[in-house]
Amino acid sequence: MSEDLLAEITESVIGGEPETVIALTRQALEMGLEPMEIINQGLVPGMDIAGEKFSRGEFFLPHLLIAAKGMQNAMELLEPELVARKQTFKSVGTVVIGTVQGDIHEIGKSLVGTMLSANGFKVHDLGVDVRIENFVSKIEETRADIVGLSALLTTTMIGQREVIEALVEAGLRDRVKVLVGGAPVSQSWAEEIGADGYAEDATGAIQVAQKLMGAKS
Amino acid sequence: MSTSVSSISNPKLSLNILTEGDIRQIHSATLEVIESVGVKFPSPKALDILKAHGAKVDHETMVARISGDVIETCLAKAPPIFTLAAIDPDLDLPLDGNHSYLGTDGCGVEIIDAFSGECRRSNKQDVYDVARVADDLDAIAFHWVPISAQDCPPESRGLHELEAIWTVSKKHAQTETILDERQMRAAIEMAALLAGGKGELRKRPLLSIMQCTISPLAHDTGSLEAGLIAAEAGLPVGFMTMASCASTGPTTLAGNLVVGNAEVISALALMQMAYPGCPVYYAAAQTAMDLRTGAYTGGGPEDFLFGAATNLLADFYNVPLSMGAFATGAKEPNWQAAVDNSFSSFMAVSTLSDMLLGAGLLHGSRIFSYEMLLMDAEIWSILHAMFKGIDVNEETLALDAIREVGPGGTFLTHSHTVEHLGQLWLPTLMDRRTYSAWQVKRDGAREWALSRARQILSQEPLESLDPALKIEFEKIIETVEQG
Repeated sequence: MSEDLLAEITESVIGGEPETVIALTRQALEMGLEPMEIINQGLVPGMDIAGEKFSRGEFFLPHLLIAAKGMQNAMELLEPELVARKQTFKSVGTVVIGTVQGDIHEIGKSLVGTMLSANGFKVHDLGVDVRIENFVSKIEETRADIVGLSALLTTTMIGQREVIEALVEAGLRDRVKVLVGGAPVSQSWAEEIGADGYAEDATGAIQVAQKLMGAKS
Repeated sequence: MSTSVSSISNPKLSLNILTEGDIRQIHSATLEVIESVGVKFPSPKALDILKAHGAKVDHETMVARISGDVIETCLAKAPPIFTLAAIDPDLDLPLDGNHSYLGTDGCGVEIIDAFSGECRRSNKQDVYDVARVADDLDAIAFHWVPISAQDCPPESRGLHELEAIWTVSKKHAQTETILDERQMRAAIEMAALLAGGKGELRKRPLLSIMQCTISPLAHDTGSLEAGLIAAEAGLPVGFMTMASCASTGPTTLAGNLVVGNAEVISALALMQMAYPGCPVYYAAAQTAMDLRTGAYTGGGPEDFLFGAATNLLADFYNVPLSMGAFATGAKEPNWQAAVDNSFSSFMAVSTLSDMLLGAGLLHGSRIFSYEMLLMDAEIWSILHAMFKGIDVNEETLALDAIREVGPGGTFLTHSHTVEHLGQLWLPTLMDRRTYSAWQVKRDGAREWALSRARQILSQEPLESLDPALKIEFEKIIETVEQG
């Protein structure tokens, strides 16, 4: 029964079983279910419920991330199927994200990346210690709507300003919104360097990213 | 300018937080992690040293796996006792296992202006001003760079910060903001000028160095390389873990201690491999992730437990500890700040952690507040009084006085009372006035703390640094800035 299977996929996303999500998604494809159906009736409802539970205080950040991880894994499996059918799962927006040059702090940046993709964004994670030109070329290549710049040191924060300057120089600044974050980063720093958005935590980053997309369209 | 520091020594109170068996288990688990999982050392220089000492090095991943025997042998070379020297020798801080000292916190990025009340980004003048106030407080034994001099270029910022502190204070400075080789060499040059030569600096390190690890199980390139340069010059070097339960460390506290311990002792062992016998110290500020936001919390029961437990590990390795205490997550100097900073400092002192960091910052070490600094100094004075404990002897039992006063009499005017008055604690910020006295202005600790800070800041700055040295410092900084 395809409905049962889709419900099981939803449950496994919520229940935090990324391996099961993958197995069930594979099973659904084998049964002949359409990838779009699996996404919209299996995965997305799971993520929505996990998000609701988080808002109500029943779920904590690790629950939410594990659910997002399950969704992400399943999407990787489904992407080629969508391509084969000349279909695209319409993303909310495209984001390039990375930790600026000279800084190898990973966790906060990846957390934001995972949460963004679980919320329907197409995320290109460039990793840590990312050179300015790599941000610029990736933004150009993917026609990104948003770039997320992470910095965890007072000495590397300046890298966020440098990326913005490079974007101006490359003539891309008007096309991409800049979102900054990291422990030493503040609203006043964001304003000073001319970033479009700043958030103190991952859920805040999602809200700001959604708002920035609204401002773009 | 302080002429003495208020340290806590010979404490009468103690706490049993981990048994010897617990510590051995944490130690064995740590060695197993370093040996089998490994620790990332993203520095070819560090990896070469590790390899030369028998570590299995993967140059691709930059992960080194070091055997437990090697770690133990290296750590055994670290001196158990050394002194953090001050420009004024009366302010020296012997790290002899029998003292707890308080330093300022760092490194914040914003400051609540003492006069306008505005919360704004910090600059070099702020570093100078905070150092003046911290210098005036006996409770503050040494400086950390409390806030970032964000108006200075990043490539020389750490040097500007040191210059600002050394201009107005003769206390020991421990910097946590020099994260590359070039600035470290320049900082050593500056400290050597201050000490009267590199040989003198080695004998009397006026500067100690703190580097952060990157949890879980990794180090930072610049920090490792800057640490090695400092160790070569004989400056005490510490590595700090900030492993956070549920994100950068396991949720369980013991597991978190293992991860943090592996980071710290692997770095200390590296320093000993490179420069056997160099002074090193353990540093830690573990916490638990906030379950809803993922944030580094700064405060809470897990922090307090780590505060007491970590010194037992440092003691086990026979090296001093620089422990993150105070550093509340509160947004202003309020109830939460008082709870956080009282518990955390009490727990860290209860096992006699050598250095406590630090006073004055809010919002998880991000925002400096003069009020908080003064309040933290008052908490320190309470601890100072508490850890003296209760002396029981013929004099303190006061039998003669009790006999003479007798039933219904008063001790107020007895000579025994006056003789021992100095043993009672006297507040400067706690409000013990009558209710009606309070009603006049309805003021209290916050207003008094701020007014004290303003008073210090309004005085003509006492610059203790020799103007000729200041010129030399500026030259050194300029050279770094010119590349």
